[in-house]
Amino acid sequence: MRPLVLVVTAALVAGCTGGGGETGRPTVLAAASLTDVFEDLGGARFQFAGSQALVRQVRDGAPADVVATADEASMEVLVDAGLVETPVVFARNELVIAVEPGNPEAIDALDDLGRDDLLVVLADPSVPAGRYAAEALRKAGVEVRARSLELDVRAALTKVVAGEADAAVVYATDVEAADGRAEAVAIEDEHDVEVRYPVAVVADGDRAAGRAFVQRLLGERGRRALRDHGFLVPA
Amino acid sequence: MSRPPRTALAVAVVAVVLLALPLAGLLWRAPWSEALDVLGRHEARQALRLSLVTSLAATAVAVVLGVPLAWVQARVDYPGRSLVRGLTTLPMVLPPVVGGVALLLALGRRGIAGEPLDALGIHLPFHLAGAVLAETFVAMPFLVLAVEGALRSVDPKLEEAARTLGASPWKVFRTVTLPLARPGIVAGAVLCWARALGEFGATITFAGNLPGETQTLPLFVYVRLEAGDTDAAIVLSLVLLAVSLAVLVGLRDRWIGVR
Repeated sequence: MRPLVLVVTAALVAGCTGGGGETGRPTVLAAASLTDVFEDLGGARFQFAGSQALVRQVRDGAPADVVATADEASMEVLVDAGLVETPVVFARNELVIAVEPGNPEAIDALDDLGRDDLLVVLADPSVPAGRYAAEALRKAGVEVRARSLELDVRAALTKVVAGEADAAVVYATDVEAADGRAEAVAIEDEHDVEVRYPVAVVADGDRAAGRAFVQRLLGERGRRALRDHGFLVPA
Repeated sequence: MSRPPRTALAVAVVAVVLLALPLAGLLWRAPWSEALDVLGRHEARQALRLSLVTSLAATAVAVVLGVPLAWVQARVDYPGRSLVRGLTTLPMVLPPVVGGVALLLALGRRGIAGEPLDALGIHLPFHLAGAVLAETFVAMPFLVLAVEGALRSVDPKLEEAARTLGASPWKVFRTVTLPLARPGIVAGAVLCWARALGEFGATITFAGNLPGETQTLPLFVYVRLEAGDTDAAIVLSLVLLAVSLAVLVGLRDRWIGVR
C-alpha cells in the first residue's frame, strides 16, 4: 500500500512543480486580441485570456513575468496593488463593425446597429471590448438590442464569421485576423474610442527576462509585427 | 459489514481529498455576510430561474427521447447497434464547446438543418430553446446509458411470462419492464438533470449569453468572475453545488438501497 501512495503523491508533487524550469524564456499573460501578433513575435510562453481574467491570475499569484492588457483600467488595478512595474502603452487599436463579407445588410455606421431587422452581438461589458463598444454606442446615441453578450471579443467575431450574427462591434485587428471571412465597417471618428494596450513586467516574476521581452516588443521587431497585424504603434 | 482492507481505505481517503478539497476552498472563501445580498439581486435570481427552467426542460426532452432509445439498445438486436451506442455517447467525451460549434454547424441559421428551420421561422441560437437543446445534447447520454443498464438488468423471463399470459408488448413494457427499471430511469434522469444544470460550454457557444433568455447560472457566474465580482461568483456557485449535492446524495442512497 505505501509504495502506491508514495507514487501518487510523487506524481502530484511533480505535476505541481514541473514545467517551469526553462530560464530566460518569460511567461507572458496577454489579452485575447493580442493572440496572433504575440505568437508571431515569439520568444516567450504565452497565455491568452480576457484582460479581467489576466488581472485575476496575476493577483492570485499565477507564475508570470509579463502582463499585457487591452485596457489601462485593468492594468491600473495591478499597478495599485504593487504587483507590476510601471506600465508602458505599446499599441493602439480601433473599434470597427464586423459584418459578413460583402456587407449584405448594407451596414454603414453605428446608427445602423439600432435597426430591428439586424441580429447584433456585442462583447459583455465585463471585458474591455464590451466596455469600449458600449461607450462608442453611447457616444453615437444608438440603442442596440444585442442578442448575445459574448464572453470575449473573439467569440463575438466568431458569431459573425459563422453567419449567426449580422454584425458585432470588435477591434479592427480581429477582423484583420479573420482573413476575409468578415469585413470591417469603420466607425465614425467622432464616436470612436481610444483603445490602448499597456504592458508591464510582473514584480514577482523573472524581471530580467520580462524586461527583455518588453524591450523586444517596443523595439523595431515588435513594432513591425504589431503594424503587420493592423495595430497602431505610438510614434 | 466486513472490515475494509487498509489499502482501499487509504486510497479512498486520497480520492475524497482530491474531489472535496476544491469545494472546501469555495466554502473557505465564501463571503457569507454578502450571500443574502447576492441572492437578492435581480440578475442572479433571473439566471437561477432560467437554469431551473432549461435544465428541467432538457431533462424532460431527454426522458421522452432517451428512454425509448435505451429500450431499443437494450432489447433489440440489430446490426450497427455498437455504432449507434458510440454515436449517442459521443457528447460525453466531446469538449462541450466543440459540441456547441457542432450544433451551430447543424442547426445555426447557416447550418445543414438550421437553414430550412430558419426559413420556417424556427430560430434556436440566441433563444431559450437553443439553451435547452444544448443542455439536452450534452446531458442525454448520461440518461441513456443509465436507463440501458437498468433495462438490461430486468430479467427477460419476467417479460416473457407476462407475454405468455397474453399481455400486449406495450402492456408488458408499461406494467413489467418500466416498474422494474424505474430506479435506473430515475437515477438516469437525475444525473442528466445535474449535468444539464451545470452546462456551460455548449450553451455559451450555441445559444449565446443574454440575460433572461440564454444566460443560465453557470454563464452568469463566469461573467461575474470576469467582472472581478468574485464574491457573487462564489455564492452562486455554492447555490448550484448545494442543489446538485442534495440531489446526488438522495440519488445515491436510493440507487444503492434498491437491490
